[in-house]
Amino acid sequence: MNAVRHTIHRFILAEFLPGEEEHNLRDDTPLLTSGILDSLAALNLANFLQERFHVEFEVHELTAQHFDRIQDIAAVIVRKQSQAVNAKGAAS
Amino acid sequence: MKIGHLAEYLEASTVRFPDRTAVVGPVGEGLTYSELNRRSDALAAFFVERGIQQGDRVGVVLPKSVESVVAFFGIMKAGAAYVPVDAAAPAERSRRILADCKVRALITERGRLDVIPPAGDISLVLLTGETTDEPRGIGWEISRFESATRCGVPRTKPRNRRDLAYILYTSGSTGEPKGVMLTHENASSFIEWCSTVFHPSEHDRFSSHAPFHFDLSILDLYLAIKHGASVHLISEELGRNPRNLARFIGERRLTVWYSTPSILTLLLQFGNLPSHDLSHLRLILFAGEVFPVKHLRDLQRCLPAPVYYNLYGPTETNVCTFARIPERIPETRDMPYPIGPACEHCHALVLDDQGREVPAGGEGLLYISGPSVFQGYWNRPAENAAAFLIRNGKRWYNTGDIVCCHEHEGFIYRGRKDRMIKRRGYRVELGEIERALYKHPSMQEAAVAAIPRADEGLTVAAFLVLRGGGEASIIDLKSFCARHLPSYMIPDRFVFRSSLPKTSTDKTDYQRLVREFTEPSTARTNAGGVFAHET
Repeated sequence: MNAVRHTIHRFILAEFLPGEEEHNLRDDTPLLTSGILDSLAALNLANFLQERFHVEFEVHELTAQHFDRIQDIAAVIVRKQSQAVNAKGAAS
Repeated sequence: MKIGHLAEYLEASTVRFPDRTAVVGPVGEGLTYSELNRRSDALAAFFVERGIQQGDRVGVVLPKSVESVVAFFGIMKAGAAYVPVDAAAPAERSRRILADCKVRALITERGRLDVIPPAGDISLVLLTGETTDEPRGIGWEISRFESATRCGVPRTKPRNRRDLAYILYTSGSTGEPKGVMLTHENASSFIEWCSTVFHPSEHDRFSSHAPFHFDLSILDLYLAIKHGASVHLISEELGRNPRNLARFIGERRLTVWYSTPSILTLLLQFGNLPSHDLSHLRLILFAGEVFPVKHLRDLQRCLPAPVYYNLYGPTETNVCTFARIPERIPETRDMPYPIGPACEHCHALVLDDQGREVPAGGEGLLYISGPSVFQGYWNRPAENAAAFLIRNGKRWYNTGDIVCCHEHEGFIYRGRKDRMIKRRGYRVELGEIERALYKHPSMQEAAVAAIPRADEGLTVAAFLVLRGGGEASIIDLKSFCARHLPSYMIPDRFVFRSSLPKTSTDKTDYQRLVREFTEPSTARTNAGGVFAHET
């Protein structure tokens, strides 16, 4: 979970907030509702995370309810990863 | 059909196709032509009974919905002009717009009374939804939109094609949005031209992707209604979501798509287009900005069947030049397609700095005249004087766009001399962003510049000098901008400086700011002003 949060944190700072102090971006900083990420930036972030963590986001998961804070995004990713592991375990 | 009043398109189609679907809302709720006509008649009667008169303005602050379309026709049938305002924009900006053109009535939803200007001319507020359970203001009546559109005897009002149909607000260089006034004649002359080129029928299903405060919506709504076709409203949320959008196009079996190139590029990159059945699409129209050829070629490869058109024109003229894209874009082409020759209802003129006509091959400013050219900006005498040129007995609008005249391909868009840019198809005056930044309590100086990127896009960079020097949190600055500006105006980058470079005439030296941004090494050696360079 921490590693996932750290990856999201680094990506947002590098891509969308160059120059910002690291500690100003917290795990509970609103991303969509605050103007940090616009809709295109959110798509780019989702695409990066899908490739990096081999997960697929559903469309409803890209809304403010699930995608507004780093901690929420990380939770969705971790849940998807564990579901994938369980599914694999059940299949073998 | 003769050029007339936009409401006549609805009335004529209601006679021909009373039971065909006219409008389908974002979640599938539909209205037939007779329902749309009856509900807008009722609304017009309601307005007329309450003293709304010819020439009055009525604000509409609603999310994309069938109610908005009922509202537009109801307002126009009452002889008034509608003023569509971005429901997602900060309330402060909406208030300034509604106050600027002195709307007499407002149609909005519950919880949005924050857009009402404090000292206003509003006498009537209509709310969509179930209740009118809102704190009432002094001096205005509040009613339910639903009851106002239920029944009413149609009142025949005198109609004049010179009446204002709508006012669309666009970014203003002084920081205040400016209202582009368009009459029924302006809009219908454009719609009539569309009919001759795109040949729509009652079997067409139009997309309505652009928000209603954006002039692309004029084609979607009124061309569909004129021909008895259906128009499918795409909500703001769906509109930003390429994967669902691609599914929507397939499920609704859309035949005509119209949007900015940005949205088409998103559909191409994130929409997973091959997994959807988009075989009903026969026309793909795009406007609002340059379409990078690479993306256009990829899109055409992915969707080869439809005919593609590049439409060009500022809100002030609507579409005034157009170009059909060849069926197979050559692999070797990297130059964007031209904006093409003038549409039949428009005349175009290209003038150089001295006001001389530019011969073929030369470059100059593009001027447009014709019945679709707007009346002027609402209450902006100085800007109106500067916007028009009288020549050869005609009134020419200066688009501010620099074009090159090509003998065979028509006009080729080159750029602008002023500080207006396009972002996601929206016009953005960099001055409006600066003015919003100056509202920040620590702001001493702000300069905003647009810097071209390698991928043909633009980076909007804000160069800031804060009181007492130093830096601010970029997150805080972005949040501050989000409270004062629409999302497409928020800068991408913030650079803190101890001072801004000045030209010899003591103006902000934007060229130097851009140069120092793109070549940081020269900044460090030549300009002591940068102390916190972005990484």
